[in-house]
Amino acid sequence: MTRRLFDFHGGVNLTQYKKFSTSKPVMPARLPKKLILPLQQNIGEPAEPLVSIGDKVHKGQIIAKPSGSVSVPVHATSSGTVIDIGLHSVAQASGIKAPCIIIETDGLDQERRKGRRFIDYKDLSPVELRKKLLYAGIVGMGGAGFPSFIKLDPKEKEVATLILNGAECEPYITCDDMLMREQAVEIIEGLIIMRYMLNAKQCIVGIENKKKTALASIKQAVANAGVDYIEVVEVPTVYPAGGEKQLIQVLTGKEVPSQGLPLDIGIVCQNVGTAYAVCRAIEHGEPLISRYVTVAGSVAKTRNLEVRIGTPISDIIEECGGNRRTLSRVIIGGPMMGFAIHDDQAPVIKTTNCILVNSVVSDVPLPSRDKLAMPCIRCGACAQACPVDLLPQQLYWYARSKEFDKIQDYNLFDCIECGCCDYVCPSHIPLVHYYRYAKSEIWMQEREKQLSDLSRQRHEFRLARLERDKQERAARHKKKRAKVEKDTGTDDKKAAIEAAMARVRDKQKHSQGAPKNINNLTAEQQREIDEVEARRAKRNELSKKIKTPNSDDSKTQ
Amino acid sequence: MFLSTPTSPHIHAHTSITMVMMRVLLALIPAIIAYIWFFGWGLAINIVIAIAVGLSCEAGMLKLRQRPLKPFLTDGSVIVTAILLAFCLPSLAPWWLASIGMFFAVVVAKHLYGGLGYNPFNPAMVGYVVLLISFPREMTSWLPPNLLNDLNVGFVNTLIAIFTGVLPYELTIDAITSATPLDTIKTNLGLSITVGESINSSALFGDFGGIGWEWIGNWIFLGGVWLIYKKIISWHIPISMLASLFIISLLFYLGDPDHNSSPMFHMFSGATMLGAFFIATDPVSASTTPKGKIIFGAGIGALIYIIRVWGGYPDGVAFAVLLMNMAAPTIDYYTQPRVYGHSKD
Repeated sequence: MTRRLFDFHGGVNLTQYKKFSTSKPVMPARLPKKLILPLQQNIGEPAEPLVSIGDKVHKGQIIAKPSGSVSVPVHATSSGTVIDIGLHSVAQASGIKAPCIIIETDGLDQERRKGRRFIDYKDLSPVELRKKLLYAGIVGMGGAGFPSFIKLDPKEKEVATLILNGAECEPYITCDDMLMREQAVEIIEGLIIMRYMLNAKQCIVGIENKKKTALASIKQAVANAGVDYIEVVEVPTVYPAGGEKQLIQVLTGKEVPSQGLPLDIGIVCQNVGTAYAVCRAIEHGEPLISRYVTVAGSVAKTRNLEVRIGTPISDIIEECGGNRRTLSRVIIGGPMMGFAIHDDQAPVIKTTNCILVNSVVSDVPLPSRDKLAMPCIRCGACAQACPVDLLPQQLYWYARSKEFDKIQDYNLFDCIECGCCDYVCPSHIPLVHYYRYAKSEIWMQEREKQLSDLSRQRHEFRLARLERDKQERAARHKKKRAKVEKDTGTDDKKAAIEAAMARVRDKQKHSQGAPKNINNLTAEQQREIDEVEARRAKRNELSKKIKTPNSDDSKTQ
Repeated sequence: MFLSTPTSPHIHAHTSITMVMMRVLLALIPAIIAYIWFFGWGLAINIVIAIAVGLSCEAGMLKLRQRPLKPFLTDGSVIVTAILLAFCLPSLAPWWLASIGMFFAVVVAKHLYGGLGYNPFNPAMVGYVVLLISFPREMTSWLPPNLLNDLNVGFVNTLIAIFTGVLPYELTIDAITSATPLDTIKTNLGLSITVGESINSSALFGDFGGIGWEWIGNWIFLGGVWLIYKKIISWHIPISMLASLFIISLLFYLGDPDHNSSPMFHMFSGATMLGAFFIATDPVSASTTPKGKIIFGAGIGALIYIIRVWGGYPDGVAFAVLLMNMAAPTIDYYTQPRVYGHSKD
C-alpha cells in the first residue's frame, strides 16, 4: 500500500554530510571522570535534589525528584560520589549557568538492582505506564524534551494517528538513523507501547527516502512485529521534512492549528529515540541515562557514540580526536537550527543529538553567512523557501523598524526558526536572528505590560481597600452612635433615670427641710426647738420689715 | 574558553546579490546582441556611457551617505539599471541623454530614497520617464531596423554620431529616423488608416511586430524564461502581465480587427517583453507576495494597453510599471499568503 504524500511549502535541499558518521557502528562512549547532571533538561520546572554533597549514588538512582506538573526526575547515570551541587555551564544558547548535580564517578558503574525482569506492557494500564515513564525520566528526544508521560496522555481526545518521526532532516545528524539501523526492534516495540497508551487507530513511521538502511531495518522489524496498524512511509529528503508540523503535513495533509498542538487534530508525533527509551523503560525498567549522539565536524573520528547523560562535551570531543585548543565553535544540534555553546565543559543532556565541532583550522559547515549583510532587495527567495508560508522579507522589514504590532499582523509567532529563509538570502541577512529579537522584545513588552497591569491593579486595589476601610470605619462609628442614641431613648432607662433624679431631689429636699438630728426627739427637745423656731420666725419677720425699703431703693437706683 | 556563538543557521547557500544581478545580465546578452545586429553599435556605446555615469553617481552618493563603496559598487545593480535604460534609448541618442537618465535613476530614484533595496520606483524607468518628458524629440528619434548596416555606418561613425551628433555621408539624424511600428499604427489610426493597411503599406512590420523588434523580443523572452528556470525571478509577474495584455488586446481585436492591433503585435512590440521579464520583475519595487505579483503584473498589462490605445504616448510600459509600483505596498498588505495552521477562509 502506498500512501498519498502531501507537499509542504518551500523548504531547501541541503548537502547531507551523513556518510561519515554512519559508516561505523555506535560505540559506548568512555565513562567520564565527572558527570554533570542539570536539574532542568527539558521544558517545565527543574527537579529538586534528593542528595547532598558526599552522598554515594548508584547508577540509575533518582537523585532529584520532579517538582510541579511538567517535570521529571534526574537519575545518576553512573555510580560515584556527589561532589557538588551548584551552578555549572550547560548546553544553552544563552550561556547562563544552571543548577547541576556533579558526580565523581568511581568507575564501577554499579547498579542496585541485580536481576532484571521483563515486564509486559499489557499487564499495566496506561496510567501505570505513564507513571513508569515519569519515574524513568523519559522526555521527547527529538527537540524540546517535553516530558513523555504528558505527551502520551490523550486527555480524553481521540488519537487517530501516532506518527513516529525518523526523518532527521538536518545535515550531519545521524543519531536517529543509527538508532533505527541498530535498534529497530525495540523502536517498534516502543511504538506499540505508545500506541497502546494513546489508544491510537494507526501508526505511521516517517523516514527520509535517503535513509535506505534504516528503512530496511525498520520495515523488517514492523514485519516481524506482526501488527497491521503500523505503516512505514518514505518521505522526501527536503529540509525541514523532519519538523513536527511539516512531517504531519507530508504524511496526513493536515495542518496543526496555529498556536495549537497536534493532539488538536488527533495526531501525536514522537521521535524514534523516544520510542526506544519508552521500550527500555517499560520492558526493562531502565531510566533514561544515555543516548546516541553524533559527533561530526573538525574531529578525526566522525561517528555516533552512546553517551551517558551528563558527560562533558569536551570529553566527547577529545574521545573523537578533536583538538580542544583549536576549537572555534561548538554547535549543539545541526547547522540549521543548532546553537553554538559558550563553554565546551557543558554536559550532554537528554536532548543533545549532535555535537558539531568547528576549529580555527577548518570551519566545517561551509560556507557560512557573510559578515556584512547587504540591504534586502525583496527578491522573495525567503518567501519561496519558508515552510510555513510566511513573508520573511516583510517580517524582516518590521523587525528592523521595530514595528512590533505590524510584525504580528504578518504572523511572526508562526515562525519555526528553521533557518530556510536565512539560508537562501542573497543579501546574507541574519533573518532568524531578527525574528528571535522581535519575539523576545514582544515577550518582554508583554511581561512588562503584565507587570505594570499587576502593579496598577495592586495600586487600584490599595486605593479601593483604603476607601473601603474608611467607609467601614465610618459605618462602624455611625452604628455605634446610633446604638447609643437608641439605648438612651428607651422608656425603661429614662424612667429609671427620672426616678433616680427624683430620689436625689427628694433626698435633697428632705435633708434641707429636716436635718437628721431632729428625728426621734423627746417632747422637751421638741418644745425647745419649737421655741427656737418661733423666735427665728419672729426675727425674720422683723428683719424683712426693716430691709424692704432699702432693697427697693437699691432696685430703683 | 572563548567559543564564538553566532546564531543559527550556521550554513548558507552559495548566493549573493552580485550573483543574482550577474544572472540577469547574462539573460540580457542574447537580446543585446540581437539589438546591435539590427540597430547598430549605438546600444553598446550607450550601455558603456550609462554604466560609467551610473557607477560614478553611485560612488559619489555612497561617499556622501558614508556607506562602504566596494560591496555596493560590485553588487551589479547599477549595471542592470544602466543596461535597461540604454535599451530604452534610440541607437543614436546623444551621450548626454544616457548620462542624465542615469543621474536621475541612481541619484534621485535610488539613493535619495535610501539606496539599494529602498527605492519605491524602478530606477531605470524613472530615468527613462524623465528623459521622455524632458527630451521628447531625442527620445523618439528611432531608426528603422538594418538602416545603419545598409548605410555602412560602423562602430567609429556611431561613436562620433553619439558624441558629436555628426553622421557620415552628410546624413542627418532627423533624415534617417522613422516612426516605430507602434507609432505608425497610432498615427495612422488617427488618419483613419486601418491597422491592416498600415502593416501592408510599411516596410517596418514583420511577422508579429516590427522587423527586428520582434527578434529582440524573442531573445528577451528566452532570457526571461531562463531566469524563471534559474529561480532568479518567479513566473507570476511576466506571465500575468503578458496574459492580461494578450487577453485585453484579443477582446478588442476580435471586436474590431481594423482599428485594433493583434494580440501578438502587442506582445512583440515596444518594450512589452523587456518590461515583462526584466523591468516589472525588479524585486525592490514590485509586489512580493505570490498573489500580489499576479495582480501587479495584470495591472501593468492592462495599463500598457490603456496607455498605448488611449494615452498620449505610443508605448506605456514605463508609466504602467511606475503606476503599479505605487500600488505595490497596498497590494502586498492585502495578499498575504495563508500561513501554515491558519484557517482556510
